[in-house]
Amino acid sequence: MEKLLEVNNMHVSFDTYGGEVKAVRGVSFDLNKGETLAIVGESGSGKSVTTKALMQLIPKPPGRIKEGEILFEGRDLTKMSEKQMQKIRGKEMAMIFQDPMTSLNPTMKVGNQIMEGLIKHQKMDRAQARKRVVELLDLVGIPDPESRLKQYPHQFSGGMRQRVVVAIALACNPKLLIADEPTTALDVTIQAQILELMKDIQKKTDSATIFITHDLGVVANVADRVAVMYAGKIVEIGTVDDIFYNPKHPYTWGLLGSMPSLDSADEELYAIPGSPPDLLDPPKGDAFAPRNEYAMQIDLEQEPPMFKVSETHYAATWLLHENAPNMEPPASIKKRMEGMAKSSSSNEKGDRI
Amino acid sequence: MSQEKLVEIKNLKQHFKTGRHSVVKAVDGLNFDIFKGETFGLVGESGCGKSTTGRTIIRLYDATDGEVIFNGENVHGKKNREDLKKFNREMQMIFQDPYASLNPRMKVEDIIAEGMDIHGLAKDDKERKAKVHELLETVGLNKEHANRYPHEFSGGQRQRIGIARALAVDPSFIIADEPISALDVSIQAQVVNLLKKLQHEKGLTYLFIAHDLSMVKYISDRIGVMYFGKLVEVADSDDLYNHPIHPYTQSLLSAIPLPDPDYERSRERFTYNPNNHDTSEEPEFREVRPGHWVLCTTKEFDFYKKEHATTK
Repeated sequence: MEKLLEVNNMHVSFDTYGGEVKAVRGVSFDLNKGETLAIVGESGSGKSVTTKALMQLIPKPPGRIKEGEILFEGRDLTKMSEKQMQKIRGKEMAMIFQDPMTSLNPTMKVGNQIMEGLIKHQKMDRAQARKRVVELLDLVGIPDPESRLKQYPHQFSGGMRQRVVVAIALACNPKLLIADEPTTALDVTIQAQILELMKDIQKKTDSATIFITHDLGVVANVADRVAVMYAGKIVEIGTVDDIFYNPKHPYTWGLLGSMPSLDSADEELYAIPGSPPDLLDPPKGDAFAPRNEYAMQIDLEQEPPMFKVSETHYAATWLLHENAPNMEPPASIKKRMEGMAKSSSSNEKGDRI
Repeated sequence: MSQEKLVEIKNLKQHFKTGRHSVVKAVDGLNFDIFKGETFGLVGESGCGKSTTGRTIIRLYDATDGEVIFNGENVHGKKNREDLKKFNREMQMIFQDPYASLNPRMKVEDIIAEGMDIHGLAKDDKERKAKVHELLETVGLNKEHANRYPHEFSGGQRQRIGIARALAVDPSFIIADEPISALDVSIQAQVVNLLKKLQHEKGLTYLFIAHDLSMVKYISDRIGVMYFGKLVEVADSDDLYNHPIHPYTQSLLSAIPLPDPDYERSRERFTYNPNNHDTSEEPEFREVRPGHWVLCTTKEFDFYKKEHATTK
């Protein structure tokens, strides 16, 4: 497996009148070619800021990448000038935004919006670009592309608009596709179509995808690996089976437990109490500790390091420390683990790294 | 759950004129009952008319045709102020967007107490304050919050304020229009648990409108599925999920992604094709299994009965 992207200890801060908001506080992960990584977390956990930083789309000021490196095929994006970035953005890495209602230009014909990147990056002339646009619209499943490309965004439905956004992102065959909640604004049936489309295209083009969402159902559908973010940090990362069938971090337990399953009986949902911390002044120790019923004394004093559960699975919780007591996860999580004990490693403790 | 009807909706229609000759039939002939103490879930894709249904029931819109009978009395039609007040007290609404549904220039105390003021439920200022404090605690906030403004709260907290406002006049029926769609997953669970607890304590009846089918299944006793202004299927929530009969319901259920990778790898999605229906006659609402109603023609009805009546 070839590494496409490597993020090392990235910190992103915003300077506001109230002080420095530490939106991302030391995120590290890597991404292989052709792989899909899903980033999940609540709003404000820093998942969107992380991906915007990858694209160098953080407005500076007030934002800045304080520390860390982003290696895209070995080149450090944090050290690049805006001019260099413009050559990469849209060509080698592209983004699909959440809201198809606002991410298209309402005064421009759809065809021209898709063409923009082709003309700029691929140096195509208009006739070539037009041909490619018809291909792209066909690829994303828009019927009658020849006449559709002359229409304006308001003449498309939400699902169709999102297909146009996908087409724009795919126009230059990017190596990395970042999708920031691409289906949140859509209905379930349309969502299913868009997800199938994205998976299909990924298979054809072998691009890598970073998929941001808070819908765990969608994660289970699309992801190869999952990173769970909380208060600007990755608290658990692993393969999709690791995270869904052998979760180690209490926050992951909470997220999984707060979704009703279709066959669940009338038991009360497991709700994480309280709300996420204020990143103007992140709490000492583990940021999740005040909402965590499994928190121990050390969680309030010292931030937990990443513990290695298996080759693919890491989690930042003191519960994995060799001296920690064995904690029983909530009942619904245990049910998940039982279904899975066969394939994933089931060791209770992890190795500190 | 009693079988006493609290709300009866009979042939409800809501048509909007969009031009001189064009009419949007947002809601087109709905028939269903809501029983006392139950939660009736209404699901469907955006634009299917589920929110319009909720808003028409509570008379935010005047119905084009049909009746909404609440406790034996028609909600629509000519009413004097007194009668209207009586209904307004019994029926309350919780809105989708907790950012847009609270007046940013009013203090939380006044937002919650507005209904009490209108209905004259508090004798004096002291009683008003005490009631607001009690309501805040009921919904899991504390009384210090009464003097703050909406912008000082998070989305989940604001939705709690919206719930407190709805509860302030002691209603028996609450219409919740996508009350959790704008909230984070972990906060959604908090609000749903709160709604369930309140229903238990106060014997409330809910009409729960949402597009998140797994949450609707969790909270509802019965569910109605809407498609293009019409109800296509009504059944007990378990029955609906285990034996969906109408092809649209089947396609909707097959499209929900579940937080279970193994299931997701094997999931098969059906697409609904509205042209596959029998068009020899106007479809009607018919009872295929006990308590399980489907919109179908006579031919389809016979077919559904054969297919589904026996499966348990």
